[in-house]
Amino acid sequence: MQPISHVAGKAIPFGRKNVDTDVIIPAHWLKTITREGLGKGAFEAVKKEPGNVFTDETWAGAPILVAGDNFGCGSSREHAAWALLDMGVTCVIAPSFSDIFSGNAFKNGILTVALPQEAIDRLMDVAREHPIDVDLDTQTVTTPFQDRFTFEIDAFRKHCLLNGLDEVGLTMAQGDAIGSYEAKAKDALPFLAQATVAA
Amino acid sequence: MTTAPRTLYQKIWDAHVVDTRDDGTCLIYIDRHIVHEVTSPQAFESLRAAGRPVRRPDLTLAVPDHNLPTTARRDSAGNRIPIADPQSAQQLEALERNAPAFGIRYIGDADPEQGIVHVIGPEQGFSLPGATIVCGDSHTACNGGLGALAFGIGTSEVEHVLATQTLLLKQSKTFEVRVEGTLGAGVTPKDVILHVIGVIGTAGGTGYVIEYTGNVFREMSVEGRLTVSNMSIEAGARAGLVAPDETTFEYVKGRPYAPKGEDWDKAVAWWKSLATDEGATYDKSVFIRAEDIQPTVTWGTSPEDTSGIGGVVPAPEDFADASKRDAVKHSLEYMGLTPGTRLTDVEVQNIFIGSCTNSRIEDIRAAAEVLKGRRKAGNVKWAIVVPGSGLVKAQAEAEGLDKIIMDAGLEWREPGCSACLAMNPDKVPAGERCASTSNRNFTGRQGPGSRTHLMSPAMAAAAAVTGKLTDVRDLAPVI
Repeated sequence: MQPISHVAGKAIPFGRKNVDTDVIIPAHWLKTITREGLGKGAFEAVKKEPGNVFTDETWAGAPILVAGDNFGCGSSREHAAWALLDMGVTCVIAPSFSDIFSGNAFKNGILTVALPQEAIDRLMDVAREHPIDVDLDTQTVTTPFQDRFTFEIDAFRKHCLLNGLDEVGLTMAQGDAIGSYEAKAKDALPFLAQATVAA
Repeated sequence: MTTAPRTLYQKIWDAHVVDTRDDGTCLIYIDRHIVHEVTSPQAFESLRAAGRPVRRPDLTLAVPDHNLPTTARRDSAGNRIPIADPQSAQQLEALERNAPAFGIRYIGDADPEQGIVHVIGPEQGFSLPGATIVCGDSHTACNGGLGALAFGIGTSEVEHVLATQTLLLKQSKTFEVRVEGTLGAGVTPKDVILHVIGVIGTAGGTGYVIEYTGNVFREMSVEGRLTVSNMSIEAGARAGLVAPDETTFEYVKGRPYAPKGEDWDKAVAWWKSLATDEGATYDKSVFIRAEDIQPTVTWGTSPEDTSGIGGVVPAPEDFADASKRDAVKHSLEYMGLTPGTRLTDVEVQNIFIGSCTNSRIEDIRAAAEVLKGRRKAGNVKWAIVVPGSGLVKAQAEAEGLDKIIMDAGLEWREPGCSACLAMNPDKVPAGERCASTSNRNFTGRQGPGSRTHLMSPAMAAAAAVTGKLTDVRDLAPVI
C-alpha cells in the first residue's frame, strides 16, 4: 500500500447523496480477477448523463472526489475502491460514508474525509474552479480562500495510512494471541471450533 | 468480564475478542467464513504472492453463486456445459482452483448442495447462532436471522480473514428495531423489512448493528428472520440480529455441520444465554406497530423508496430534504414514473422470484400458493423462479411446486444469484420493469436501464398473474 499524507489538486464536484457501489462500479465490471483497469467502468451510468462531472475534461485525473451523504452504500464490492484508485482518486470527501466502503477505501490507501454538509457545500463551490488541499497529518482541508475544515480520523487508520502499513502482516505478527484465543475457545465454545472438517 | 446488563450484540462481541488496542479497536475472531467467486480471486492472489497459507481452512467454505447461469450446467452425458461469458468462466475457474489449493471445502457448480452463499450457510448448519460469520458480500447480514454476528467484508478483509481468521474492528453502536402487534393477512417478513427501511432510511443504520425485537420477530420462522436480517444492509447497518430461541434451535438441529451430541447441549445452553439482558440499553430504538405495515413495494431507485401497495407514486415536492427531492426527481425519471400514479396501475414486463432475500422453501411455497390455478398475464414477457439452493429446489420439486410454477407459465431454474444483479445471463432489459423479490432497486442493478420494484414472493407472483403491481389480497379467488 502506498503511504498517503497529503492530497492536493482538482476535486470532482459530484455532490450526489446515497451513491451506492453499484453506481461507482456496476456488477458487470466485477468479473475480473485483478485489481487494475476498473477506472473505465467507474460511474458508468452517470457518465451518460449530459453535463456530468466525470466526462468533463476539467476534472480528468483529479485526485479528490466531493460527494454527498452515505457515500458507498450497498454492496461490499472492494472494486469500488479499486475503480476510484484507477481513476486517480485517492481522497473522497463527503458528509458520511457507508461502513464497508470506508473500510475498503482505507485498506487501499484512499483517504475518506467526513465533513459537515455546510463544508461540503462550500467545497462543491470551490471545486468548480479551484484546487483543494487535504492534509492527513494535521487533519485539515483547506482552499485557496482561507477556508479551513478539520476532520476526525481513527488513530490506527491514520498511522497505517501515513506509513502505508500492510494490515495482514501486522495481524499475522499477533499469531500467538490468536493461537491462545483458539485454545481457550476450544474449551469454552467447542461447538464453534470446527466446521467443515471433523475433529 | 463485565457484569452490567448486555445486549445480544455485546455478548457475541465479548466472546470473540482476541486483543484490544488502546484506541478501542479489537482483533475479533471469525468463526465462519464463506467465500464466493467474485470477491475472492484478488485475495487468494495476494496470499499466493506473499506465500501465506489459510489459517483455518476448516472454518471456511467456498461456493460459486453470482456468475453461474441458472440454466442447466451439465448435459445429458454429465459433461459441463461451457459458460458463454469468458470472464464469468474465468472467475469460476479461479475459485475452483483456489479452494482446493488452499485446503478449503468447495461445493461445486453442479453439486446438490450448491446455492447462494447466504442460503447454504444456514441450510448446511455452517452458520450458527452466536458465531461471527463473514463473507465478501454485504448480504452476509442475512445470517443474523439465526442470532449470529454476520456481516459483509471487502476483498482485503477476505484476505485478512483467510490469513489470520480475525478482523480488526471497532464496536458498532446498537439499534433496536421493535415491531409489535399483529401482522395483517398478506403481510410477510419482506413487507416488514421494506417498511422498516422506509421508516429509518438507507443511512438510518449506518454505524449500528440492528437487533430486531418484539413479538413479530419472535413469532416469525427462521427463514422469515433471515429475510429481514438480510436487508439490514439496505438500512445502512452492517449486521442485523434476532435473538436465538427455541425456533432457532429447532431449525439448526440435525443440519450437516451443526454440533452434535454433547457439543449440541453445550451450544444450546450458551445460545440461550445470549439474549439481551433486562436493563441493557440500546444506543437508539425505533418502535413500529405491526398493524401499520401493508404489503409493500418500492417505486424508486433506493430501498427506502417504499410505499404500501395502496399508495401512489410520490412527487419530489413531497420531501422536505432538498437533496432527497433531487434524488427523487432522478429516480422518477429513471423509473419512468409520474407522480400521483396509483402503484396498482404500474405495468410490469418481468418477474424475478429468487435471491438471497427470498429463495428459501417458504418463499417458493408462498409464490406457488398464489400461482396455483392461475396463469401469467400476457404482457409479462419473462418470469423466472430461482430456488436458493439445490436442496431448496429438490424440496420444492418433492412438494410439486415446480409443476404449479411451470403450469402458471413461469420458468423454474437452477440455483444462483440470478437476476438480483446483472453478473450472469439473467437480466432485465433496459426500460422494462421487474417485480422482484431481491434486495436492491439501484440504477442498473438488474441490467443497464432496468427498472426494479422490490416486493415479497407472494406480491411478485400476484404481479405475474395480473401484469401489474398488485395487492395480493385483491386477487380474485381461483374457481
